[in-house]
Amino acid sequence: MSIDARGRSKRLAWKTTIVALVTAVVLLVAGCTGTPSNNNANTNQKVQLTFSQWWAPEMPAGALQNLIDQFQTQNPNISVKLISAPFASLQTQTISEAASGTLPDVVGLDGAWVNPLFKQGALLNLTNAMKSANYDPKDLASQVGYNGATYMIPVVNFVYPLFTNDAILAKAGISSPPKTWSEFTADAKKISQSQAGAKGWVVPLGTTNPNGVQNDILSWAWASGGSMLKNGKPNLTGNPDVTGAVNLVKDLVQSNAVLPGANGLQETDKVENFINGRVGMMVDSLAHVTTITKGNAKLKFSVSAQPVKDGYMGKPGILTASWGIGISAKSQHPAEAWKLVQFLMSQATNSKLSTLANGFPGNKVSKPDFTGADPHFQQAFAIYQRSNPVNEFTGLPAANQLMTDFLNEFQKTVANQESTDKMLSNVQAQWQQQF
Amino acid sequence: MASSLLTPGQDQRSATVPAGRHQRPLRERLEPYLLISPTMLLILGLMVIPIVIVIGYSLMDNVVTNPTPKFVGISNYVTILTTPAFWSAAGNTLIFTVGSVVAHMVIGILFALMLNSKTMARVPRAIFRAIYILPWIFTASVVAVLWRLLLDPSGVINYLFTSVGLLHEAVPWLATASTALLAVTVINIWSGYPFFMISLLAGLQGVPTDLYEAARVDGAGFFRQFVSVTLPALKPILYSMALLDLLWTTQQFTLIWATTGGGPLERTEVLSTFTYKLAFNSYQFSMAATSAVIVLAGSLVVAVFYVRRQRKAAQR
Repeated sequence: MSIDARGRSKRLAWKTTIVALVTAVVLLVAGCTGTPSNNNANTNQKVQLTFSQWWAPEMPAGALQNLIDQFQTQNPNISVKLISAPFASLQTQTISEAASGTLPDVVGLDGAWVNPLFKQGALLNLTNAMKSANYDPKDLASQVGYNGATYMIPVVNFVYPLFTNDAILAKAGISSPPKTWSEFTADAKKISQSQAGAKGWVVPLGTTNPNGVQNDILSWAWASGGSMLKNGKPNLTGNPDVTGAVNLVKDLVQSNAVLPGANGLQETDKVENFINGRVGMMVDSLAHVTTITKGNAKLKFSVSAQPVKDGYMGKPGILTASWGIGISAKSQHPAEAWKLVQFLMSQATNSKLSTLANGFPGNKVSKPDFTGADPHFQQAFAIYQRSNPVNEFTGLPAANQLMTDFLNEFQKTVANQESTDKMLSNVQAQWQQQF
Repeated sequence: MASSLLTPGQDQRSATVPAGRHQRPLRERLEPYLLISPTMLLILGLMVIPIVIVIGYSLMDNVVTNPTPKFVGISNYVTILTTPAFWSAAGNTLIFTVGSVVAHMVIGILFALMLNSKTMARVPRAIFRAIYILPWIFTASVVAVLWRLLLDPSGVINYLFTSVGLLHEAVPWLATASTALLAVTVINIWSGYPFFMISLLAGLQGVPTDLYEAARVDGAGFFRQFVSVTLPALKPILYSMALLDLLWTTQQFTLIWATTGGGPLERTEVLSTFTYKLAFNSYQFSMAATSAVIVLAGSLVVAVFYVRRQRKAAQR
């Protein structure tokens, strides 16, 4: 190699090294830097907020952005950047962001995440934010908080009524959806015995997402006014409502009145099997009505209140899941962030949002617009209005682990490895450790 | 007058430069460090620092959800190592990993031999290569969805088994405690064998044909040729692949999470799902870090074997 060529080669090596070095530094800095949540982008002090949520992917395309555009028009000095991700990935993302201090200004929250985020000190005290903004919370349907302060506000609520396949019920000689536990058990068994290829009920007990515990086991106790807690602590042993709910589900699984493979099923499997006419009944989110009608336009189905314990005369409970909202404790623009929350909770916006989401408003005076909507929504709204919305897992510590513990023990009792009482006593002990 | 003598291996240029590193210009001395600095920076930022942080977490009472963590020494290690669920997950990981690696190797060799066979025409061989490599193209999530459908009680596999009389009634393979671990292992075997197959196929094509000719002249049959020629030739590849597969399979998470979530009755709980649940179900990040460090230590042992093997191969 000539001296010139060697020199060129060396210079090239130097240049390559410098480029690689710069790239490495940029990659590392980019990796270590969080979301640019607090940058004042423009010279006229325009504030940019970040808002992470899983709502946009579950709404019609562009629907949430349209509402945000309205907010930006009303507040020209604030711009909002939506960070949208599927629910399943947002949980880990939110917890990690909170740990690294890069939580977006406004955060979409699930009831199961509030406790760990509160413990991290990652969420802003919304009671103080409301006071600072002179906001009267009287119209908020519910608030989730600790030590007398609010940290999450449910924006939209989704109820879980009983879905019944009209054709399957009619074939089994059942004239109307069941209203009590004994009617439900009898109907589920009748369907399973009378129709080849169809089962009475579907109960997903898979542990990947253990929400089958709240949706399909404990919801039976809540519907009948029962509770799994006493003074905020686990109260599973010697609790007739919880024992009854466990025995109800256990009996149906053991008598083959539910879709086989329950231990591996998830919520999506429940909906798919209902759409395909493999099950006569399911307890599911009203938000899935659109999925059902799109999946099988010919399917005739009804929604009704979840059956209650025989002889129960009190106000029924109805399982509710929420799209919650909170503000990062590290937001440098808490006042502007609260403005966004207040906008989403306002009567008009909350009505629109709940209509678009096929849910029910978190603002008591808002009403969903049923014009042109599926008639099941109006029926479900009537059920919602005469029931107590309930989800006792909201705000509990390590809610997912509580449900996983419950499922693991429930699977043992269904396999006859332990009695219901032993199962509940084991779960009680495991839950107490988490509390 | 100073004179210098050239010794063998010493070139003219180095001989004329006075001895001693301090005599070389600073830029020249810094050059090698600068050249490796991008890689070092990336390794430091993306590997060393995170690992050190995780090890640090494992020595605290709890982090992330606890704003004032306290140093607890090896207490978390004692807790984890005395937890039956950890050992149950470790046992499942061992069965899952060993089963997968052995099956990957056997299936990989068989398919590689078949695709390398001269008895198959070129076109069918190319078609089979494309078909056999398909499982490797799918991501773990796609594989999970596919196999959940196949193994569903109303899925194709149950239909076939009940149709031919192998089963009296459909079995929920992934939801039954006695079959779930076997089912996820089969899925992992299916999704991972093509990597072995392709690597071994490349190895087979590098085996000199005259070795086979000599073996045939000596009267060796197919099996004898396989044992005495093929296997010794593939041994370095097999060894390296087995170690790499051992590392990858131990860390398999997505497939198990998307098919069983560690259930039913924790029969498919492996160390990766166990660790994940500690972190994102229980929010016990220090315990999760402890579990991760234990897995890291196990992986390091395998990695050391791998590196030593590679070094030996390079020296030959």
